[in-house]
Amino acid sequence: MEKIYAIETSNLSIHYGNFTAVKEVAMKVEKQKITAIIGPSGCGKSTLLRAFNRMNDFVPGCHITGELLLHGQNLYGKDIDPVEVRRKIGMVFQKPNPFPKSIYDNISWGAKINGFKGNMNELVEQSLRGAALWDEVKDKLQQSAYALSGGQQQRLCIARTIAIQPEIILMDEPASALDPISTLRIEELMQELKKNYTILIVTHNMQQAARVSDYTAMMMIDDQRSGGVIEFDDTKKIFTRPGDKRTEDYVTGRFG
Amino acid sequence: MKEEALHPKTIAAQGFRQIDLKKKTRLSESVIQASLFFAGILSILITLAIVYELGKEALLFFNDPDVTLMKFFGTTKWQPGIGQYGIWALVSSTLVTSTIAILISLPLGLAAAIYLSEYASYRARSILKPILEILAGIPTVVYGYFALLFVTPILKSIFGDALQVYNMLSAGLVMGIMILPLISSMSEDALSAVPNSLREAAYAMGATKYEASVQIVLPAALSGIGAAVIIGISRAVGETMIVAVAAGAGPNFTFNPLQAAETMTGHIARISGGDLSYNSIDYTSLFAIALMLFLVTLVLNLVSQWVVNRFREQYE
Repeated sequence: MEKIYAIETSNLSIHYGNFTAVKEVAMKVEKQKITAIIGPSGCGKSTLLRAFNRMNDFVPGCHITGELLLHGQNLYGKDIDPVEVRRKIGMVFQKPNPFPKSIYDNISWGAKINGFKGNMNELVEQSLRGAALWDEVKDKLQQSAYALSGGQQQRLCIARTIAIQPEIILMDEPASALDPISTLRIEELMQELKKNYTILIVTHNMQQAARVSDYTAMMMIDDQRSGGVIEFDDTKKIFTRPGDKRTEDYVTGRFG
Repeated sequence: MKEEALHPKTIAAQGFRQIDLKKKTRLSESVIQASLFFAGILSILITLAIVYELGKEALLFFNDPDVTLMKFFGTTKWQPGIGQYGIWALVSSTLVTSTIAILISLPLGLAAAIYLSEYASYRARSILKPILEILAGIPTVVYGYFALLFVTPILKSIFGDALQVYNMLSAGLVMGIMILPLISSMSEDALSAVPNSLREAAYAMGATKYEASVQIVLPAALSGIGAAVIIGISRAVGETMIVAVAAGAGPNFTFNPLQAAETMTGHIARISGGDLSYNSIDYTSLFAIALMLFLVTLVLNLVSQWVVNRFREQYE
C-alpha cells in the first residue's frame, strides 16, 4: 500500500537572526498516523513543531529556509496566508490554555471566527465527544473553563482544536503538565483522533513516544548548537534497533 | 543553653551536628511591618478626616432653616446668597463635561492601548509610550488655555454663533485629551499583562490579529481597563482648572454642550478664591458641593465597577 504524506519537509531550517536553531530537516509525515518528535531539552523540538503552523512568525527575527509542504503546497510560499495555515493545522500546547470563557464558548469561538454556519450546539457536542470530555461537562457547558481540572482543560483544548476541523493537529508536550491518569486519557484520545487526523507530537517522555506514535523523529544538537533530525523511522525500530548510536544512548536513558 | 546542649561526644556518637533552630527576635522585621502598617493606615485616616470635615461643614449648610433637601435636589438654580440651592445647576455641567471627556478618551485610549500592546513592534512601543505619557505631565492650566484659545476658536468655525465663548464642549474635549494618556497607558499595562498563552491559543485556531486582540485579549484585560476608566472618570469629575478656564463662570442648568456652565469644581474654585466669611451660607455651601462631588464620583465608581465585574473574563 502506498503511503500518503500530509506533510513533507525538505532542507527545512529555522533561524533566529544569524543563529540556526534547527538545521536541514527532511521528514515525511504520514497521513492519519502519529509522528513523535523526541530529543533532549533545547534541541529545537518545539521550534520545529511551531514551524508547521507558522507560530514562529510571532518571534521577532525568526525566519525559515527550505520547504515545508502541506499536501504539496509550500506553507512558506509568498502567497500563503498564515491565518489560513493555522485554520488547517491546529495546535495543542504544553500548558492547558483555555480561554477565560465558558466551556461552550471555548469551542464555539474558533468555529465562529472560521465562519462556521451550521448547528453550533451539535458542533460543541461532537467536539467534546471527540475529545472524550462530553460526559464530564455536558451539564455545565456555561461554566467557566477554568473550573475544570488540568486534564479536562487540556481535553477542552483538544476539543476546540478539532471543532475547527483541521487536517493536522500539532501537540507540544500535551501531557507534560498532567498527572499520569490524565496523561493516559490524552494518549487514548490520540489513538482515537488518528482515525481522522494526522498528529505530530513533541514529547520529553520517551515511553510516551514509544506507546503512542507510529513514527519517531530523533533530534539532537550539533557542535554549532543547531538542532537537527538525526534519525527518523518507525517508532518500533527507533526504540529497538536504532540506526544511530546517539539515538540508542538517548532512548536507553544513557543520557538526556 | 548549656544544659540543653548535647555533649560533644554524644553528638559524635550519634552522628549529629548541632543545629541552632531556636526562635530569634528580628527587630528589623517588626520595625518594617509596623511602618508598612502605618503607611497603610495613614491614607485611610486622611480620607476619613476629609470626609469628616466635609460632612461637618455640609451639615451646617443643611441645618440652615432656609435649605431643604427638596430645594437642594429638586430645583435647578444655584445662588445661595439669594436663597437658591438647586445643586443640579452645577451637577449638570460636571456630567456634561465628564461625559464628553470619557466619550473622547475611552475609545481613543483603548484603540491606542490595543495598538501599543498588540500591534506595535517593540521599537515602536518603546518610542510611542513615553511620548504618550508626556501628555500626562502637562499642567492642567495649560490645557485650560489650550481649550479656550485654540480649541474653542476651531469649534466656533464649525458651530458658529450657537457656540458660546465659554462652553462645556471645548472644556470636555480637552479634558478628554488630558485623560487619554492615563487611560491608554493603564489599559496597555492591563493588555500586556494578559498571558501570551491566550494569544497563542487564539492564533493557533486561525484567529486574525484583530480577532485575537478584541475577542480574547481585551475581555481578559477588562478588569484592568475598568480600573483605568474608573480613574479616568474620577479625574474628569474632579478636574478643576480646565473647566474653570474654559467652561464658563456661572451656574447654568443645561445639558447643551455649546453653552457656558460652571461645574461643581469650577464653582468651588471660583467662590473660595474670593473673600468669604466663615459663617456665611456661601462658605458652608462649598462643603455641600464638595460632598456632592464626592458622592457623584463614588456612584460613578460603583457603576463602573459593576459593569466591569459583569463583563470581565478572569484569567488565572
